[in-house]
Amino acid sequence: MTTNKILGASLAAAALACAFPAAAQTVKIGLISSYSGPGAAQGDQIDKGVKLYMKLNADKLPPGVKVELISRDDTGANGDVAKRIAQELIVRDKVQILTGVVWTPNMAAIAPLTAEAKIPFVSANASGAKVVGMSPYMARVSFTLCQSAYPLGQWAAKKYKKAYSAVSDFAPGHEAEGCFIRGFKEGGGEMTGSVRIPLANPDFVPFMQRIKDAKPDVLFAFNPAGKQATAMMKAYGDLGMDKANIKYLGTGDITTDEELQGMGDAALGVITVHHYSAAAERPANKAFVAAYKKEYGADLNPGFMVVGAWDAMDAIYGAIRAQGGKIDPDKTMEFLKQYKSTTSPRGPMSIDPETRDVINPEYLREVRKVNGKLANVELETITTAIKDPLKEFEKK
Amino acid sequence: MNHPVGYNASDRLRWTEWLPWAVALAVFFLLPDYLSLGARVLTYILFALSLDLILGYAGIITLGHAAFFGLGAYVTGILSAKLGVTDPLLQMLASAFAAGLLGLATGALVLRTHGLTQLMLTLAVAAVCLEIANKATPLTGGADGLSGVTIAPILGYFKFDMYGRTAYLWCLALVFAGWYVIRRLIYSPFGAALTGIRENSVRMHAVGAPVFGRLLAVYTFSAMVAGIAGALLTQTNQFVGLNVLGFEPSGELLVMLILGGVGRLYGAFVGPLVFLIAQDYLARQFPEYWYFGIGLMLVIVVLFARGGILGISDALVARLRGKA
Amino acid sequence: MEAFLSSLVSVAFHGVAYGMILYVISVGLSVTMGLMGFTNLAHGVFAMAGGYILVTSLSRFNLPFPLALALSFLVVAAASVILERLLYSRLYGASELEQVLFTIGLIFMSVALARLIYGTLQAPVVLPDYLKGQFALLGRDFPAYRVFLILFSAGMIGVLWFGVERTLWGAMVRAAVDNRAMAQAIGINTKRLFTITFAVGSGLAGLGGALGADIIAIQPTYPFEQLVYFLIVVSVGGLGSLRGPFIAALLIGITDTACKYWVPQFGAFFIYAATIGLLLWRPMGLFGKRA
Repeated sequence: MTTNKILGASLAAAALACAFPAAAQTVKIGLISSYSGPGAAQGDQIDKGVKLYMKLNADKLPPGVKVELISRDDTGANGDVAKRIAQELIVRDKVQILTGVVWTPNMAAIAPLTAEAKIPFVSANASGAKVVGMSPYMARVSFTLCQSAYPLGQWAAKKYKKAYSAVSDFAPGHEAEGCFIRGFKEGGGEMTGSVRIPLANPDFVPFMQRIKDAKPDVLFAFNPAGKQATAMMKAYGDLGMDKANIKYLGTGDITTDEELQGMGDAALGVITVHHYSAAAERPANKAFVAAYKKEYGADLNPGFMVVGAWDAMDAIYGAIRAQGGKIDPDKTMEFLKQYKSTTSPRGPMSIDPETRDVINPEYLREVRKVNGKLANVELETITTAIKDPLKEFEKK
Repeated sequence: MNHPVGYNASDRLRWTEWLPWAVALAVFFLLPDYLSLGARVLTYILFALSLDLILGYAGIITLGHAAFFGLGAYVTGILSAKLGVTDPLLQMLASAFAAGLLGLATGALVLRTHGLTQLMLTLAVAAVCLEIANKATPLTGGADGLSGVTIAPILGYFKFDMYGRTAYLWCLALVFAGWYVIRRLIYSPFGAALTGIRENSVRMHAVGAPVFGRLLAVYTFSAMVAGIAGALLTQTNQFVGLNVLGFEPSGELLVMLILGGVGRLYGAFVGPLVFLIAQDYLARQFPEYWYFGIGLMLVIVVLFARGGILGISDALVARLRGKA
Repeated sequence: MEAFLSSLVSVAFHGVAYGMILYVISVGLSVTMGLMGFTNLAHGVFAMAGGYILVTSLSRFNLPFPLALALSFLVVAAASVILERLLYSRLYGASELEQVLFTIGLIFMSVALARLIYGTLQAPVVLPDYLKGQFALLGRDFPAYRVFLILFSAGMIGVLWFGVERTLWGAMVRAAVDNRAMAQAIGINTKRLFTITFAVGSGLAGLGGALGADIIAIQPTYPFEQLVYFLIVVSVGGLGSLRGPFIAALLIGITDTACKYWVPQFGAFFIYAATIGLLLWRPMGLFGKRA
């Protein structure tokens, strides 16, 4: 009788063990990006970065753990849509981690939700300096404008006396303008003037003509990566401003790698400061660019948003590994705060545990022709680790 | 314009008019995961009702209605985030008042014109509002949007939570109120006058009706309703961004309304419902190509049916009746 | 004073160039909306198509620039005939709103198609060497392409004016605009006239898009983004007229440029404030025949 009971119990236990095989865990990740509307080009970059990472790093997951990606379209800089999508991803699709987001207002809109639902969010792009502080469950691996604009201002002041600033008239533009001017003035430079150009503006020439007539040594520009950057570059070339000895400087957005080929020779010699260039010689980057071209086409170049998405997934995968596939929001945030990477295509990067914002390397680059194609050639490393200057300024 | 005249001698409720509310309540109980989408649909239904009033009934062509919507949204947002006023009813009233004021001011200019000129003026006004919101960053948050918007629980008890239940019912209550008032308006002598103005304003002048006064009154009222819809958007999302202003939301609303059926009270219900749900479904299945699907739907609806979706259903019903 | 004169010259030149681009893209719309009374918001689609054809001809097939321009006119005009016969003609009697819905549907579809074929990045225009760089005139440097633009547009306007004022076709078009029923009564085949005129208007849009491609980037969302600008030109200029949009485009181009140059803080407001002002002053447009 006892033997029967033991046998019965063993059989039951064996049956139970078979019913739950070595726990096949699925971690659900929600990707919010812009697939339609004006931000489609940028949203596409993020999507490509995420999917490329997942394809090439499937072996980096702990055994028995799978990742399911659910992507949704926020249709542009629409905070209300982003919020609704995030809510549906959390409540309906039960994602455990959120990532993506091209636009800062979208990240701002989902901040309260991440706090209320305790869902970690890793920004692959949205760069507004203040937003990452809006919720304890947000972290950023992309960049802030000041990380490039401030060192650029300091560098420019060493070589040039007078600068004119022209930025697109919206929040990131204001951030870039403020930080460049601060860096430039600290270095002893003098601002000849500054102008904010409307975002929807079709023709840059009147603004550029005004700048040309003011005769500064240097023009500092910021436009959101994309057709504005190309249009402004063309206006610079069309007006012969390089011949008038006005040097063109900017954050890396103005010579963004995916659009650079379309900018033509007007872009040659433009100097920028940024955390990523597709032409960088680092082995990690060469492998990354090769993989990108193989997957998406030999004519395409990865831009910094692809890298942002790539690193976001790297951080998330790291968090998954650290927790063996069982995602706990607080443990994930703890991991993210300590996140460091030496294998990122951009170089060494990490996340600042105090602000949960990214600490980036910054490089001084010049647009040159390499093998007949335009490239952002890295001239020197300005810094291997810079925190967001705006937050640092506020501390003082 | 070839759509059925709205004014009907009898304003008795037909049984089909209970359907929308039954459906809305059913959604609340049966589809709890879709309440955010539901709240968005309801908000746009209210917005579309306001447009239908001036476009369908009074014949005013506008591509700038989002100016009132956006103003309402920002007033609520600013009251909450910058001035600490979190009571939802107060916010609603303030939004309606501000939007009404803007409607009165711009209506006085715009309503003296017609056709393309009227269209362009409304568009220009909406564009100017967008630029102001972009520039006034300390007040509106500019391109980053306005965060930190908190809404106090309704009547001190019903909180706006993550699951969207309160938001949904709050939107439903307001749409009901809006529908009730607008329906009464349409079936009243005032509504008849509007239809008269739309069909033949010269005759109306000849009859001695105060055409401009009537138009201005309905334009202002419509602006107020649009402002309330905007306030709803901010309250359900606790966020306002620049996307509530400008040409895009106005154009999108126009498409939604024409899709449903202009000049029909329920066109404003059907249009946003079909458009937003199709957008949600298509954007999820084919994030990159939902534009094509929506465009195709619009073209087909116009080629094979006049009067939007309600026009199609009318024709179908008439066919069925004819056969029976 | 010297500097001020110099700025004045710059502003005038760039203003005229910008105005010319606006005009070239918008003139076709004035004709189709004015003549056929068809609210064709999808006008930007034809301009975008012209731009893509130019880019493809230049980059993929390495055709010479003048041929590429000609193709952008001809191909778009031909395609518009097909569209007109198949789709647009069904809606001639429809209400304005239905036409708005239809043309917006067309915009949506073409935006998706453009994205499918060409991707989301803007189409890069490679100008021939003789149009690049600066052109020296009277001791000043002017961007060569903009000089070309002004000259070409002026020529085009001349041809258009001649076509409308001095040819039989032009006379028929003017008659039909003034009084369609009467024109039909005297035996003008308005149906064929519409098709031809629509083709010319759309072809012009295509040419305009191609000419402006270096300055106004060609990308899938082009029809939405530029819609406001050509509606402004056409409404301020007056429907059905060729002269009206020309004056309007120049006026807007010059004053917009002047404002951006001297008072850049108000740059974005200006074009809308000007539109409101001009339309309130002249509700029929500057030279409009009907509202």
